[in-house]
Amino acid sequence: MQFDRRQLLLGGVGTAAGLMLPGSAFAQSPATIGTFPEGVTADSVFVGLTIPLTGVFSGDGGDLKLGYELAIAQINAGGDIAQKWGLKGKGVLGRQIKYKVSDTEGKPNLDVQSATQFIQRDKAIMVSGSVSSASAIALEELGSREKVLYMVGIAGSNDITGKNCQRYGFRSQQNAYMAAKAMAPVVAKALGKNVKSAFLVPDYTYGHTVYDSFAKFSAEQGWKQVAKEVVPLGTTDYSSALLNIANSGADVFVNIAFGGDAVASTKQAEQFGVLKRMKLVVPNLSSFQDKELGAELMQGVYGSCDFWWGLQDTYPLAKTFVESFVAQNKYYPRWGAHIGYMQTYLWAMSVERAGTFNPVDVIKAMESSKAQPYETTIGKVYFRAEDHQMVRPIPILRGKKPSEMKNKEDFYEIVDIADGESVMNAPDFFGCKLGPYT
Amino acid sequence: MPSWPVLISQAFNGLALGTLLALVSSGLTIILGTLGVLNFAHGALFAVGAYAAFVLLQYTSSFVLAIVVGCGFMLVLGFLLERIIIRYFYDRPHEDQILVTYGVGIVLVECVRAAFGGNAQRVPVPSWGQGATQMGFLIYPTYRLQLIAIIAGLLLSLYLVLYRTSMGLVVRAGIENPGMVGILGINVRRAFLLVFAIGVVAVGLAGMLYAPVVAVTPDMGANFMAQSFVVIVLGGLGSFPGAVIGGLIAGEIISLTSAFNSSYSEVMLYALMAVLLIMRPQGLFGSEDRA
Repeated sequence: MQFDRRQLLLGGVGTAAGLMLPGSAFAQSPATIGTFPEGVTADSVFVGLTIPLTGVFSGDGGDLKLGYELAIAQINAGGDIAQKWGLKGKGVLGRQIKYKVSDTEGKPNLDVQSATQFIQRDKAIMVSGSVSSASAIALEELGSREKVLYMVGIAGSNDITGKNCQRYGFRSQQNAYMAAKAMAPVVAKALGKNVKSAFLVPDYTYGHTVYDSFAKFSAEQGWKQVAKEVVPLGTTDYSSALLNIANSGADVFVNIAFGGDAVASTKQAEQFGVLKRMKLVVPNLSSFQDKELGAELMQGVYGSCDFWWGLQDTYPLAKTFVESFVAQNKYYPRWGAHIGYMQTYLWAMSVERAGTFNPVDVIKAMESSKAQPYETTIGKVYFRAEDHQMVRPIPILRGKKPSEMKNKEDFYEIVDIADGESVMNAPDFFGCKLGPYT
Repeated sequence: MPSWPVLISQAFNGLALGTLLALVSSGLTIILGTLGVLNFAHGALFAVGAYAAFVLLQYTSSFVLAIVVGCGFMLVLGFLLERIIIRYFYDRPHEDQILVTYGVGIVLVECVRAAFGGNAQRVPVPSWGQGATQMGFLIYPTYRLQLIAIIAGLLLSLYLVLYRTSMGLVVRAGIENPGMVGILGINVRRAFLLVFAIGVVAVGLAGMLYAPVVAVTPDMGANFMAQSFVVIVLGGLGSFPGAVIGGLIAGEIISLTSAFNSSYSEVMLYALMAVLLIMRPQGLFGSEDRA
């Protein structure tokens, strides 16, 4: 293995700094770990992206990919935008980011296969991607085993920073618990305290964790559950469940189905007259649900998500993100793109803070971000050291009427931005035990 | 114990759901029952039908016209598939037929994805089917009520064409002994071509009629294909009346179980299928040799 002069110098500086700061965590990092330093050449590093571009998650996956690509292009160019994020020069620590995208069809085994290839063949210094929680959990475990950093893509399950949390995985999206706790008071204020609710719950981890969290926090607001219909993932015809919901006498219909399931079940709910008699609440909105169902059906719907482009009026970096994304891709980014974009920048910033690509140092930089929060597209945020969940604001949205829309993608108004600190679960609440660094 | 109104509502819903399942399965059973080919592109063709409705509705405001033109399109697609690929596989083992139709399915789905992207497309309910109808204590979507009648008519005409005309006879004779039918001076290949195309039209039509109800995505067919298999296994592989009865039974099981607990509805469906396969492997209407 060959070192160039620059790396030797950097290493020397790092060692010197370590020696000068006894007790500093950085001093204990191993010189060789995972793909470091093999994966760091004089002028570039490699990042592996595992993204479903075909299959049921392809819509979200396409959006996610564009987010990563935009961030990488901006970081590599080293222009004004990268500087606003606090990055110096072109690339990360002077290295250009090279990347490959592998289509993983949303199947965890393909995620693991591609990520393994990225690590072994391309010496990836970081891996990111995933649209489903199952993929994210598999990749997190792989990252910790191979000692390669994994920045979680789209994944909302409590388990990712809960019982399946890993030292090498970091998530920027809020978990189901945070989303539900943030939403319940806002929705109760708008729709009333003593209302009857009916739940449609998809029968898998995501559905159950979202149900548990939302049922708990809405009950605290005085909501009474009158129906709970559990349906298999990928159900095509919801008529029998919807018939029960239609006859339940509920005032609010809480639809937890996600992606294509959310589209099908909401369409059918409208046909059964459910949406006429009940207000619709969607704890986690799917990326393109608005477009897929249209404002006619989505008007008045309450939901939460990672990011909505209307946040550009609140946060300066969101404005630059939305503007550059629209210029490049001719549509407004959804939260998939935002997660890819923000996670890439967060990683780059953490590497520059650590002054090295050594994953142990980068992890420690992220874990100590509470003291020095990142300035991002959603304001100041940090990763919690205990479970690697980001503490972040959560936008609560309400669907606009077709007549209120200023352009054809102006689907939601932001009714509230919940403060992150106030909605966090205790770090050990879902049984998180981070593994070792080395 | 659910109340009587709930049970009656669910029993009625089971009937509506059952007719839809019967229509979705009919294309699969036509091709299997007459040509002996297990068509694994069934789900993909269902999606192609739904997308055909989506595209055609952009150009015409008439749902009926879109369906008619869509059927023409599916017929041509069926002809092309049979001439270019399927006809070389009638004499090959079932494994080869499954592989080639599965491959065709992947190609079709990816073509749809390349053309329209991965997000769901919107197909509105036709103007004459909008809203819900109040029937006593039961409120039910108008379009679904109309579908029951439309599908009953369609299934009956398909049955008559395939089993009560000389063409149907030629096809069934051709499967048993193509040489003999040929010696009798009948062009059996042309009958095969037509039957395959009719099967493709049937599944495409199911996709078109179902499009306003479900999420129209490239992968929408996968779940319908799984359900179709359950239905034709219940009814008896390759039996057309079996597919209709199988569909109705499946619909009732899903719906009535939901009256008690919806999370068990699919479990009950597969449990019944397992029991039936043990007691009567050829299905309700299947004959021993075809099964």
